[in-house]
Order: sequence, then structure tokens, then C-alpha cells
Amino acid sequence: MSKPVEIEEAKFNEAVLQAETPVLVDFWAPWCGPCRMVAPVVEELAEEYEGRFSFVKVNVDGNPKIASQYGIMSIPTLIVFKAGQPVDTIIGFRPKDELKKSLEAAL
Amino acid sequence: MNKSPKKYDIVIIGGGPAGLSAGIYAARARLSSLLIERGAVGGQIINAEWVENYPGFNESISGIDLTEAMHQQATKFGLETLVAEVTGIDIKGRQKVVRTSQGDFTAKAIIIAGGSERQKLGVPGEAEFTGKGVSYCATCDGPFFRGRAVAVVGGGNAAITEALELTRFASRITVIHRRDELRAAKILQEKAFAEKKIEFLWDSVLEEIVGDAFVNRVRVSNVKTKKKTVLDVSGVFMAVGFKPNTGYLKDIVKLDDIGTIITNEKMETGVPGIFAAGDIRSNSIRQVIAAAGDGAVAAIGAEKYITG
Repeated sequence: MSKPVEIEEAKFNEAVLQAETPVLVDFWAPWCGPCRMVAPVVEELAEEYEGRFSFVKVNVDGNPKIASQYGIMSIPTLIVFKAGQPVDTIIGFRPKDELKKSLEAAL
Repeated sequence: MNKSPKKYDIVIIGGGPAGLSAGIYAARARLSSLLIERGAVGGQIINAEWVENYPGFNESISGIDLTEAMHQQATKFGLETLVAEVTGIDIKGRQKVVRTSQGDFTAKAIIIAGGSERQKLGVPGEAEFTGKGVSYCATCDGPFFRGRAVAVVGGGNAAITEALELTRFASRITVIHRRDELRAAKILQEKAFAEKKIEFLWDSVLEEIVGDAFVNRVRVSNVKTKKKTVLDVSGVFMAVGFKPNTGYLKDIVKLDDIGTIITNEKMETGVPGIFAAGDIRSNSIRQVIAAAGDGAVAAIGAEKYITG
């Protein structure tokens, strides 16, 4: 059972930019309804892609620097990182199959 | 995927207030009931920071908390919930099959409560700048616009609620509305008109959203005078209506010209054993209380249909 890991700004470099596998980062906030829609789908993906992909959550409320560094103006935003670079950005709720395509493209 | 689909008495499609209410009634009728939701439960109302018109909550409650309570209540009585995307419905006599991204499920009765999603306006720049200044959820994205000027497009409850929520963050909110009066509830209008940060561009339509990396202005046209103006804004909040989630239902139930499902007062769609409830229904008043009412009517109808 692999679950998305909630991280703080200080850990971003290590957990995302220097990760060995591609990483999906879920930018969210507690006040955001659609973020709650996305969460269970990301959790399922985290199980399905265990070992091949990492899944990280960043609460933009406590981590505004990272959010602004990646130009986030709308949540939920999911960014796929590969070798430290953002390769795909998904804004708002998307069905699981569509998210899978983004993950597969980064593998 | 499993070859023999799992069987239920009732399958409910959609986990907003209509589906959750139907779930409470179906589970209490001791019918095996499955609710299928593509994300987390809650529906459109999870975008509302405060629900002030649902009876019984005098202090007002957030849309998220209200629908989470509904879900816990339904689960307590035995409703099962599955995260999956519904892709189609097959009808074989009295047996119905709901096709989903997680396999097929048979049902004796189906309650369609899939709701709706925010309508896109379809103007140049809208798709390009979505997430870069264009937003469909003020509650979510308002905090990103602290001290900035923003526009809200629309004149209904959603638009005015969003304009009011944005007063906590934005420096100025311009409501762009194509008519010369609002459709929003009077109490919301009163609040908006009293709010110094909110101004109105009447009889006006948004024509284009312009920016570099992010939105920096919009072009607006007056429908009466034809005069065109440019408004410097960092954000554009779209609240121009809703689109029902009925794409996969065209050949199954009767839809009206905007794609919502036509039902009678018993929430019957005309296809025996298939009911519809909530915002997905033709002429819905799009309120949580009405959706919950629809769900109850549909579940009781479904119970009668099943037990004959």
C-alpha cells in the first residue's frame, strides 16, 4: 500500500526534484472542494503505480513559495516531474484514465 | 475486470446531495445500494464556502462539511461507495447494467444524479489561461489574488456568491453581466450592491482574455451601445452557468435541448426503473435542498419499482 506523501517546501528538492522515479505533485488546500475530489483518484494511482512513480502532496496554504515558483493560480493543480523538470500540468479535476495517460507518458 | 458483474438492487450515479439523499433512503429501505462517484462525494456544492439556505443549519455550514455528513449518514445505513467513472448504461429488460471504469454492475433500478459542471464561455484566451488567471472556483483560487483586481463573469447565484467571497482577497471585483439586472437571490444582490469593492459592468459580454504568462486584461463589449472597453485584471472567474453530465445518456433517456434529463414529478425518466434526481434534471432549481428532495423521491420510487 503506497500513499501520497504530504511534504513541506524544505523537502521539495529532495522529494521531487531529486527523486529517482517520476513524481506527481498534487498542489491542494483544505478549503478547496475540487481538491477533495482529486484526492481519492490520486490515492488509487499511488497504489497502482507503486515503485514506478512517487506521489507527493503540497498544501499551498503553508507552502506559498513553491506554489508561486511553479506559477500556481488555481487548485487543484497536478504537475508531473521527470528528472527534476515539470513535464505535464493538469489543472482541475480530470478522470483517472486521463491522469494515467499523463503518468504513462512520463515513464 | 470481473466477468460476472456485481449485483445491486439500486445503483446511484453521482455523489452530490441528490445521490447521497437517495442513498440514505435506499439503504434504509434495506435495498443493496451502490453509489458511484468519479471523485470524492459532495458534488458542486463543495465549491461553496458557506451554505446559508439549507434548513437546520442556522450558523451556516460549508458545502464540504454538509455533504460529508450526508455521506457518513448514508454509509451508516449501509450505502456502498465506489470511485469510478460511469461510461454507459445497458438495458436488458428489467435488468440494467451500469458500465464503469472499474467494471460492470447490474441493478434493478438506477438513479442518475450525476449533476453538472461549470460551463465554459468559449472565448479566446479562456482555455489558454485556465489556471493562469482564469478560474471556475473562487473558493479554491481566491487566495491567489490577494490585492489584485479581478473580474467575475455572470449574474446568477454562483457569480454573485463568488464576487462576495472574492472581497476577502481581491482589491476590486468587476462583475461582467450580459443583462441589466441580476438573477441572483435578492439577499445576495443586496450584499453585493452594498460592497464597495464590487462594481458592475451591465449589458456587457466578455470577448477576450489577454495576457502573457498570466492574465493581465480582458476585452469587454457592451451589447446595447456596442462600445468596447479593456479592463486590467489578474483574474477572471467564470460563473456563466452549468452543463449537465449527460454525455453518455443521449440514447438512453430523454434529454431537453440543454441536455438535462426530462422527468415527471416522481423523478421517472420514462425508462422503467431509471430515475433522475438533482441538478441533472430538466428545470431543476439547482439548490441543495431540492436535490436532496429529488433524491428521496427517486429512491422511494425505485423501491416501489423493485418490490412491485
